[in-house]
Amino acid sequence: MTAVDESNTSVVARRADALLRVEQVQKYFPITGGGLLKRKVGDVKAVESISFDVVPGETLGVVGESGCGKSTAGRTVMKLLDPTGGKIEFEGRDITHLSRKEMVPLRREMQMIFQDPYSSLNPRHTVGSIISAPFKVQGVKPTRGVQAEVQDLMARVGLNPEHYNRYPNEFSGGQRQRIGIARAIALRPKLIVCDEPVSALDVSIQAQVVNLLEDLQDEFRLAYIFIAHDLSVVRHISDRIAVMYLGRIMELAESERIYKAPLHPYTHALTSAVPLPDPRAERSRERILLHGDLPSPINPPSGCVFRTRCPKAQDRCAQEIPVLRELAPGHYGACHFPEERHLI
Amino acid sequence: MSLASDHAVEATSTSAESAEIAGRSLTQIAWRRLRRDKVAMTSLLVVLVIVSIAALAPVITRLVGVDPSSFNDKAVSDAGGLPLGRLGGVSLAHPLGVEPGTGRDLFARLLYGSRISLLIALSATLITVTLGVSVGIVAGYSRGWLDSALGRLMDVILAFPLILILLALSNVLTQRLETTFHLGELVARVLYLILVLSLFGWPYLARIVRGQVLSLREREFVESAVSMGAGTPRILFREILPNLWAPILVYATLLLPTYIAAEAALSYLGVGLVPPTPSWGAMLADSVRYFAVDPAFLFIPGTYLFVVVLAFNLLGDAVRDALDPRAGRA
Ligand SMILES: Nc1ncnc2c1ncn2[C@@H]1O[C@H](COP(=O)(O)OP(=O)(O)O)[C@@H](O)[C@H]1O
Ligand code: SF4
Ligand SMILES: [Mg+2]
Repeated sequence: MTAVDESNTSVVARRADALLRVEQVQKYFPITGGGLLKRKVGDVKAVESISFDVVPGETLGVVGESGCGKSTAGRTVMKLLDPTGGKIEFEGRDITHLSRKEMVPLRREMQMIFQDPYSSLNPRHTVGSIISAPFKVQGVKPTRGVQAEVQDLMARVGLNPEHYNRYPNEFSGGQRQRIGIARAIALRPKLIVCDEPVSALDVSIQAQVVNLLEDLQDEFRLAYIFIAHDLSVVRHISDRIAVMYLGRIMELAESERIYKAPLHPYTHALTSAVPLPDPRAERSRERILLHGDLPSPINPPSGCVFRTRCPKAQDRCAQEIPVLRELAPGHYGACHFPEERHLI
Repeated sequence: MSLASDHAVEATSTSAESAEIAGRSLTQIAWRRLRRDKVAMTSLLVVLVIVSIAALAPVITRLVGVDPSSFNDKAVSDAGGLPLGRLGGVSLAHPLGVEPGTGRDLFARLLYGSRISLLIALSATLITVTLGVSVGIVAGYSRGWLDSALGRLMDVILAFPLILILLALSNVLTQRLETTFHLGELVARVLYLILVLSLFGWPYLARIVRGQVLSLREREFVESAVSMGAGTPRILFREILPNLWAPILVYATLLLPTYIAAEAALSYLGVGLVPPTPSWGAMLADSVRYFAVDPAFLFIPGTYLFVVVLAFNLLGDAVRDALDPRAGRA
């Protein structure tokens, strides 16, 4: 395998207006042995050759079981982790090898909302100082002053601006997530990576926070990478969805196609687990249950990483890695035997 | 999934309940807990009294009309130099009696002794905390080779047979201090004690701080600061350090009485302060010789030392309880 041409590798077609473009990005975490010398004994292959892009104002949903590398992928494209391989472009500029210092000005354009509303806010800082931190760090001085700007932001995300001097411990999980959202939109970024922003919240509050994110997206033309561990959360908000399994993208397509006409066996299993609103359809539809555990990312299966649990696996699947290729216009899948299934 | 349209509902419904604890930081909550703790408030009061007495020692002794260094052979018997009168010579002129042999006033010596003792303990605590926190933060945040190097250094220091070295080298080193820096003997001895106590004390705190930093640096608020473009100094001093105040404060309040006791113990062993400097340890060392004939000479400084160390320790425990969210006593 010497001559690797474009058609043989997992790359998605270039869209001219892409805000973020990710090509075959890899992130390995080295495992070191004990002792003084810290010899490297292996790698956790958390993200293996993922490719996707995001255009302004778009939401890309990223779903997959816990541990499949979603957070690592989000952090790597944000350059909070250094990619092991691949290429990341932001607004056409290659940022793969920019240093932490060189990234600083770009940080205004890309922000992150974290999963844990408790550990993502410094318990020793007031809400005011948490939301004004981006202004301080980036040296941005709003014309009306930082406090007025921050209080506007608080009102915008549904917090009481009078609570400016309160500490995070006085707020509920949902309110804390709103604080994190206010902080992320403070500098009007173009892209926000939302890493399971509602997973830690009560179901009743999840919808409110998702709605807020959608309103803000319309207002500021934000692009989101919206990470979730099940399809039901991302369906409503996503324009396109990437399905991940063991560090790889299995399928990438418009949201409706992922739900209505998925091509990859793993997506078939995921969509068959989403409850249907119609109880009769829900009872009669066929569920695809996955057997076995998620294999270890330290020693992933040869060939197709999904083959140990795939109901359709054949000999070829163990030998050849299926690349992410365009199976229908704008519909990408990584499978040797894709098959359209109409589940709804 | 049904989407509720009013996203402000949740924000308003909980604001009533949180209005009660408006604008309270964790520090304020801890202080409120501390104020309700009777033992804590009593020990805090005792500590404040002890510190004020030490600070005002010259004024108080002048008011009482005593001083720590004048000999008074009228207060001791000619034969054996034992204090005249009951309880080691307690009288109006000498409220706590006199020192056997010299007849120096015990009250004044105790007060002046507490000055030196607190000065040494406070300075050593300050230096220990500064060193321990700086090294601990750097080690915990840097990971890599710097962390390993600092870890080895701490291991070496902790493995040192501290007391032996102190005993063996104290005279040589104090003299070295005296000659190099042109110091008086007393200043050199005080300095020696402060340096030695802090030099061997910081690694314990550094380890605690390092451990805390290792877990704090994984918290998402640190990552959030990085994602905003914050540099290392901001992350260390604005994000991480404020979360370390609780363990630092607890460690410092418990370290102080340890150092007070350590100074007394070293002086007792003859390594620290030596007569005629009024020092609790030196006094205790003297008093042992007179115990059979003048037990008050042992009990008076002994009791005061006990009260001081106990008060600081109780306060330290109370501070820890107040800052520990799992204490559940509030
Ligand atoms: N800092 C790290 N060091 C080593 N392994 C890691 C690290 N972060 C994540 N991993 C591993 O990488 C894999 C993917 O993790 P993660 O990206 O958090 O998954 P997800 O967000 O999809 O649950 C997991 O096996 C996890 O244990
Ligand atoms: S390549 Fe083979 S194992 Fe992998 S998903 Fe397709 S059919 Fe299943
Ligand atoms: Mg995750």
